[in-house]
Amino acid sequence: MSALGRVVRSGVGRRRVQTIVIGLVVMIAVSASVLGGTLLVASNAPFDRAFAQQNGAHLTAQFDSTRTTAEQLTVSGHASGVSAAAGPFRTVSISPVDDKDRPVPPLTVVGRTRPDAAAVDAVKLIEGRWATGSGELVVLNDGRFPPDERAVGTVWRLPDLPGSPTLTIVGVARSISATADGWVVPEQIAGLTTPGTAGGYQMLYRFATADTAGQVDTGRAAVRAALPADALTASRSWLTTREEGAGDTALLVPFLLAFGVLGLVMSVLIIGNVIAGAVSTGTRRIGILKALGFTPNQVVRAYLGQALIPALAGAAFGVVVGNAISLPVLALTNDIYGTSDSGVVLWVDAGVVAGTLTLAAVTAWVAASRAGRLRTVDALAVGRTPTAGRGQWAARLTARIPLPRPVTLGLAHPFARPVRSAAIVAAIAFGAAAVTFSFGLAASLTEVQATANHGDVVVGPGTPKPGTPGGRPVKGDRVPAGPTSTPRSAKETAAIVKAITAQAGTSGYCGVADAEATMAGLSGALPILATTGDGCSSGYRMVSGTWYEKPGEIVVATPFLTATQTRIGDTVVLTDHGTQIAVRIVGEAFNDDHDGMQLLTAAATLAAAEPDLEPEDFYIAVKDGTDPEAYAEALEPEIQQFDAHTSTENVGTPEVVLVINALTALLSLMLVAVAALGVLNTVVLQTRERVHEIGIHKALGMAPRQTIAMVIASVAVAGLAGGAIGTPAGVFLQRMIVTEMGRGAGYHLPASVLDVFGPVELVLFGLGGIVIAVLGALLPAGWAARTRTASALRTE
Amino acid sequence: MTVPMIELRDVTRRYGDGPPALRDVSLTITAGEAVAVLGPSGSGKSTLLNLVAGLDRPTGGTVTVDGVRVDELGEAGSARYRREKIGMVFQFFNLLDDLTVADNVMLPAQLTGMARGAAHRRATELLGALGVDRHAAAYPGRLSGGERQRVAVARALVNRPALLLADEPTGALDTASGEDVKELLRQLHADGQTIIMVTHDLSLATSCATRTVQLVDGRVAVDTAMETAR
Ligand SMILES: Nc1ncnc2c1ncn2[C@@H]1O[C@H](COP(=O)(O)OP(=O)(O)O)[C@@H](O)[C@H]1O
Ligand SMILES: [Mg+2]
Repeated sequence: MSALGRVVRSGVGRRRVQTIVIGLVVMIAVSASVLGGTLLVASNAPFDRAFAQQNGAHLTAQFDSTRTTAEQLTVSGHASGVSAAAGPFRTVSISPVDDKDRPVPPLTVVGRTRPDAAAVDAVKLIEGRWATGSGELVVLNDGRFPPDERAVGTVWRLPDLPGSPTLTIVGVARSISATADGWVVPEQIAGLTTPGTAGGYQMLYRFATADTAGQVDTGRAAVRAALPADALTASRSWLTTREEGAGDTALLVPFLLAFGVLGLVMSVLIIGNVIAGAVSTGTRRIGILKALGFTPNQVVRAYLGQALIPALAGAAFGVVVGNAISLPVLALTNDIYGTSDSGVVLWVDAGVVAGTLTLAAVTAWVAASRAGRLRTVDALAVGRTPTAGRGQWAARLTARIPLPRPVTLGLAHPFARPVRSAAIVAAIAFGAAAVTFSFGLAASLTEVQATANHGDVVVGPGTPKPGTPGGRPVKGDRVPAGPTSTPRSAKETAAIVKAITAQAGTSGYCGVADAEATMAGLSGALPILATTGDGCSSGYRMVSGTWYEKPGEIVVATPFLTATQTRIGDTVVLTDHGTQIAVRIVGEAFNDDHDGMQLLTAAATLAAAEPDLEPEDFYIAVKDGTDPEAYAEALEPEIQQFDAHTSTENVGTPEVVLVINALTALLSLMLVAVAALGVLNTVVLQTRERVHEIGIHKALGMAPRQTIAMVIASVAVAGLAGGAIGTPAGVFLQRMIVTEMGRGAGYHLPASVLDVFGPVELVLFGLGGIVIAVLGALLPAGWAARTRTASALRTE
Repeated sequence: MTVPMIELRDVTRRYGDGPPALRDVSLTITAGEAVAVLGPSGSGKSTLLNLVAGLDRPTGGTVTVDGVRVDELGEAGSARYRREKIGMVFQFFNLLDDLTVADNVMLPAQLTGMARGAAHRRATELLGALGVDRHAAAYPGRLSGGERQRVAVARALVNRPALLLADEPTGALDTASGEDVKELLRQLHADGQTIIMVTHDLSLATSCATRTVQLVDGRVAVDTAMETAR
């Protein structure tokens, strides 16, 4: 046993590169899996966990301050079924303007003292500090400010209030229950209330049971009963908030799984290849061990030990590295989901380590069992006569290729070891697939984001819609809370259109008005976007069919088709203001406004029912080379007199997309590193096997650069083949995963989202395999070039 | 013809802590000479040859060949030097097993950048001259020892080197094949080829060398010019 131990130890020491490669590969595999596993756990029911962590409010209730008192509200916190309550807090709605006097979306502001340990809705500060005095505001992180814009420090003015007071944003906070758009100190509320109006109260309740809508309704009824009639003016169930928050979380899962599988398969390939390589270069040693009386089992165990010692060390490092990488990523997902996960999930760590080591052991055992079966005589003989014969045909063939001789010599090498070369091709293919997939996924997600832009510049009524400018929630539009503007007159519309068309740089415009209709078989109102103008189709990406061309034609999104069981070509009947309108579905567009239920059609379609419909917003496409910001600024003075404002529709990239992009980049970098390590190991093996041959070449005058060229050429074929296999596989994976993500959200995706690869990119990614191969070969090729020729020739 | 072609001055080569493999060896060889280096196993013969070939560097002293300071060449420089000026023949042939005989012979020419066609013509010519042209398309494993050494000599001569180095060229051959190779070397020398051959075969030395250098424990013990029987 101790003899065996010594053999293992000396083996680990002698095969330094192989030992390091096994250690690194296992380390990368473990850290990627720990990262993936931790994130999978973190993306599991994040809303529920965040809700629990923040003591979320099951019911957010709004009261009329003229109909009830603070004392009565405090008492309502003891109503039956209420397990905890917070409030009453004074609330008020404010309509500020920014430093350029542009209106910002109105906010519901609540007066609260620092609430991070509150029994209900423990609002968590994520930036800056809590408001400590008058004139300070803490805003909700609702995507109002894009990631690249600092909220803290911004000063807003309230022109509607006497003296035009200002509010300085001092902090950004997260409330999973979204109980307010902003918070100020309680004393401030009075100063923000328009003189003569009353303002309101807010109460936050938690119920003993609130798992179903019925239970929340029961709780609401109990609260209502405890207060004067009509005191409750509005309320919001946590189930509604939760429904809106779902959806994004599932996005992470398919691609984490894809990477997990890629990583595992690659680890198996590389570890198997490394051990098989150790066995094949060690056949002589195996022969000697057996001649000395080692049993086949002992030999296998010796090789198993040589693999498992570095694997163990790699796994230990991998756990540390994986958790270290998880921390910043979790900080991001914490931001998105409102959770406060610390990162280390012990059972994930333990499971990953156990799984990876088992996998490494099985792979190593399969590869090493060849060493046990090797006949002693053959093993002893192998070291003397180099394995000639295999690959001679390839050498003969490549010799004819009109390339420098060192290159053609190298090109023949992989054919002398077909199995090992196939494994390396596979490893490179996985690496190339990962990079291609990663690029494709990022491009697809960016395209999905782009579909939310219906124009470069938007002309809207006095108050911009929430979400512009700046980021908007990934899914579902926030309901505008501001005062509804007075409808436009036909004369005003004509004047605005005239100003837009006269403006230099206009490529096309689309005037849109929101309308509603009902349809038999569907409960509730169907939102309709009624359009005028020549530039509407350019704002939407078609999935199939065509854009509408004449009145009576509509374009819809997948959820509508699914909900109504219709398809393109079908005619449906809408009822609008009592008038029946038959419309034909001519196309399916990717449009997630109103959860995909919105109908797009020409305003003329509704003419019979709503003859006075005037566009509220105008989406403008600018000509190529026109700067939207400059265009908007130039147009602004022309339309201001009609109570209209410009804004550039700058839809920020949601953080979940940033996280996915960062993770894909990180994970594919890891897979590329694993593939390159596999190449490195192969080249080291090959150089060791060919040390004598390289010595001869050098004695014949092969220069170091020629030696490097030969070694690199020997992996270039594998790199080319790997790229040629991996790139299409990556494209396939990207299309499959993205389609799956779309299906999960209920949408068919337009070509622009799926077809993100141009021919140039495909060729570049195809050549990426060679880059991986060269990266892995460069170091050992340098070693080969520096081999001492005289001593290499002595090994005979 | 007294221009020194090879000049070793106070050459010492030491491996690790042991006694030096060569110590203070000074030697001058002129073009056209055929020098046999003799000595017991381990006396430093191969070390001397490797230093001249630029495969190894001396620990002390200088090695100059054809005006080139071989001991000062870098990796790339020494490769180019070998390619252009040196042909090497080894005891165990050192042919590349997965290349055909012709491809083996062509290789040094192709390393200089010579086109395949030109290299092939040169190889065919040499193989013909050495009487092994019928094996051109065969693999070295199929050939007898004597034939392999002829192929190795052909490969060494393909770039028309100024200097042919042979390390125990008959050491692995039976008597008949050995005679064969001896005859070949004698012929090459007669045609004006400068040769340094390492051997402990006295008959090789006497039959084709113009001069014998005897090494003992890394020192030159005897250095005589001998008349060869023609
Ligand atoms: N690469 C090397 N490393 C260590 N010792 C060496 C090396 N090459 C040769 N030697 C030692 O140098 C001495 C001379 O070797 P060598 O020149 O091969 O002798 P010869 O060719 O005369 O038999 C020997 O003792 C040998 O062991
Ligand atoms: Mg020797």
